[in-house]
Amino acid sequence: MQELSLNVLDIAENSVRADASLIKITIEEDTFAHTLRISIEDDGCGMTKEQIEKVMDPFFTTRTTRKVGLGVPFFKMSAEATGGSFSIASTVGKGTRTEAFYHTDHIDMLPLGDMPATMLSLISVNPHLDFLYTYTRDHNTFTLDTRALKEVLEDVPLNTPEVLLYIKEQLTEGEKGLNDQP
Amino acid sequence: MKSLEELKAIRDRVRSSVTMREGNEGNIRVVVGMATCGIAAGARPVLAAFTEEVAKRNLTNVTVTQTGCIGICQYEPVVEVFESDGTKTTYIKMTPEKVPQIVADHLVNGNVVTEYTIGNL
Repeated sequence: MQELSLNVLDIAENSVRADASLIKITIEEDTFAHTLRISIEDDGCGMTKEQIEKVMDPFFTTRTTRKVGLGVPFFKMSAEATGGSFSIASTVGKGTRTEAFYHTDHIDMLPLGDMPATMLSLISVNPHLDFLYTYTRDHNTFTLDTRALKEVLEDVPLNTPEVLLYIKEQLTEGEKGLNDQP
Repeated sequence: MKSLEELKAIRDRVRSSVTMREGNEGNIRVVVGMATCGIAAGARPVLAAFTEEVAKRNLTNVTVTQTGCIGICQYEPVVEVFESDGTKTTYIKMTPEKVPQIVADHLVNGNVVTEYTIGNL
């Protein structure tokens, strides 16, 4: 993966497959302390302790089409390569929370990349799910909550082209606004 | 920043055009592989290109969706096109640049772009 936003997309796909109805994606960046925290939290089917251990192993996967499962190991590696950390907390029937912590001034730090593209991909192919996306950079926070959008849209689907264009602009503008001075 | 008022306006605009969208025959499903292998190989911009191109041409009979790994990771990004008559076309090693041609030739005019399919290996 060339950028972390692709890892986020990949891990969020696991939440989709876990039959989640709400997926929370949170990014917290501290440009003074040079740290970045990414978390993906869902209310899907969850995992047992044994399963959590296994998903960190590249040679474990639940699918039958191939023998390796690299999603979680890639994400873990991206964080640990910067001297950061990685954790998964999960309860069967309740959901899963995956968190990666990065030291952004480390030479092996990957760029976060195109988060708006990741969010737009997730929303466009999973309009029936809800996403709560929060990006905090120092004192600025941007939030996109698809539940609020759905309230306005009523019967109009979230993946209607015009609506997706609106969401795209929200995401791009929101990210730009994170650079505003207080 | 766009307001929720603008979203309301979009909602009303979409609603008034919904009647035109209904009753479309010949539904087509475009399925993009979005497992780790697909994403690492560049599926995200391919998905975005399909969504954008289908919207641009207002192809209301086309649904762009995703699937997991279908087992041919070495040919990712893989895109499958399912037509209402049951035919399936598998496009491999996709790029956003290939998308407009597939949309125009295949989705609009019904001619499979053979040079990008798995059969052309």
